[in-house]
Amino acid sequence: MNRLAFELPGLQLKNPIMPASGCFGFGKEYGGLYDLSLLGAIMIKATTPETRLGNPTPRVAETAAGMLNAIGLQNPGLPGVLENELPWLEQFDVPIIANVAGTETADYVEVAKEISKAPNVKALELNISCPNVKAGGITFGTDPQVAKELTKAVKAVAAVPVYIKLSPNVTDIVSIAQAVEAGGADGITMINTLIGMRLDQKTGRPVIANGTGGLSGPAVKPVAIRMVYEVSKAVRIPIIGMGGVTETADVIDFLSAGASAVAVGTANFVNPFVCPQIIEELPAKLDELGVDHISELIGRSHRL
Amino acid sequence: MIIQDRMKVISQRQIAHHIFEMTLSGNLVGEISSPGQFVHIRVADSFEPLLRRPISIASIDTEAGEMTIIYRAEGRGTTLLSEKRPGDEVDVLGPLGNGFPVEETAAGETAVLVGGGIGVPPLYELSKQLTAKGVTCIHVLGFQSENVVFYEEEFTKLGETYIVTVDGTLGTAGFVTNVLEKLDKDFATYYSCGPMPMLNAVQQMYEGKKGFLSFEQRMGCGIGACFACICQTTDKVYIKVCSDGPVFPAGVVAI
Repeated sequence: MNRLAFELPGLQLKNPIMPASGCFGFGKEYGGLYDLSLLGAIMIKATTPETRLGNPTPRVAETAAGMLNAIGLQNPGLPGVLENELPWLEQFDVPIIANVAGTETADYVEVAKEISKAPNVKALELNISCPNVKAGGITFGTDPQVAKELTKAVKAVAAVPVYIKLSPNVTDIVSIAQAVEAGGADGITMINTLIGMRLDQKTGRPVIANGTGGLSGPAVKPVAIRMVYEVSKAVRIPIIGMGGVTETADVIDFLSAGASAVAVGTANFVNPFVCPQIIEELPAKLDELGVDHISELIGRSHRL
Repeated sequence: MIIQDRMKVISQRQIAHHIFEMTLSGNLVGEISSPGQFVHIRVADSFEPLLRRPISIASIDTEAGEMTIIYRAEGRGTTLLSEKRPGDEVDVLGPLGNGFPVEETAAGETAVLVGGGIGVPPLYELSKQLTAKGVTCIHVLGFQSENVVFYEEEFTKLGETYIVTVDGTLGTAGFVTNVLEKLDKDFATYYSCGPMPMLNAVQQMYEGKKGFLSFEQRMGCGIGACFACICQTTDKVYIKVCSDGPVFPAGVVAI
């Protein structure tokens, strides 16, 4: 028995660990450091229909136990991803979750339709929560009805299961989660970054050129755990949890909160080997907890 | 190949105001392929500060398996780094990026090396390698003030060296360009590392000459995955300073 293996819509996971979108590029850089087949899955960087250059610099700023980023969805565009990035990833035995972004519904539909045909793309992650672009992104993720309609439109064309990436920058994340579930979503990924700002001590002006940026890293983990807990109690579809995961203990927390798998984001920048390290440590952690299979941990926090 | 190495601190000393020189030992040294490459250092085994610090390599001793880094300790992270003592271990990722092409200057030719402030360190290993193969190196090194000048003697041993300070407390007063305009322009190659306005001025002054510039930018991962440290080329394409650079041929980056 593989104690770490788990099945989610579209995904046969060898283990529950995957790098989060935007923190792993399209895998090439990390592929030079370790065998990407070790990973449960890979969430590739957001793809939009057209090439995007992203925001001006500075794009990142360090904060207490975290960082702000405002990259702005820089990516080579759908044709570039289909021609260069995805075929390169085919050499690895790992399912790809393609993060889909755009400015309007038609963009999401176009990318979802085409990218879901790629042989190694086993699921989509709809990015309705990017806080760093002027149009699209988060505007789809803050209104339940809008999120539901977008989910429906993408579900109608997608050849693989569709996960929706939720924003924490909302008053009631449960209502958004329930709306996308009603719209036919196969799963939820959460959380995206929290909107934040850092000011320069000398000038008093924002450090990041975009003004605001998305906060990530260990600092956001309690918020993410709370939200996964709340959403997992309110929906039936599975959740891939993320937000500040840096070590094996964090993975246990997300599973306990109600996630079925866990993504690692910012920690990849600090320790590029963090994903394989966590995967290696997980069996011993299960022993420590007296658990045979990883699935026994899912939603432990709900069992009162 | 990029490796993550727990390197041992061999020595640490302050060589100018807020400027530290640290020698580290480890397998990573054997992976360094060119001067101008850098390392990404985790200064504490905690979340505070979270990110690594990109630091340039000032010299390498492959035989001893040691490298020397020079950095300015002003922020929280680099200040913590300056508190490391011989025998301590430091988490180092590297070597990263593409360095200066030594092969672009042939034996017998002359190279001009122009550095500014904390951009000076990588030029030291570059000069060592160039002079070792028979290139004549001329160094023009700019600093804010006398109290932050370092390695004057080391560079002087390798070749003609001009120190420039903005406030005129040491060497020529003003900017590196005040020295460059008086130098003979009959040289093969120029190499430069320093703040953007300096790189811009050097590139303009040496328009048409073969040159290589090393750029700085705020970094996240240091390996090309996070898209934080991009800069734009003159063809309006974004490139990553950490993994496409930090050294680019003159004229490639829009300054």
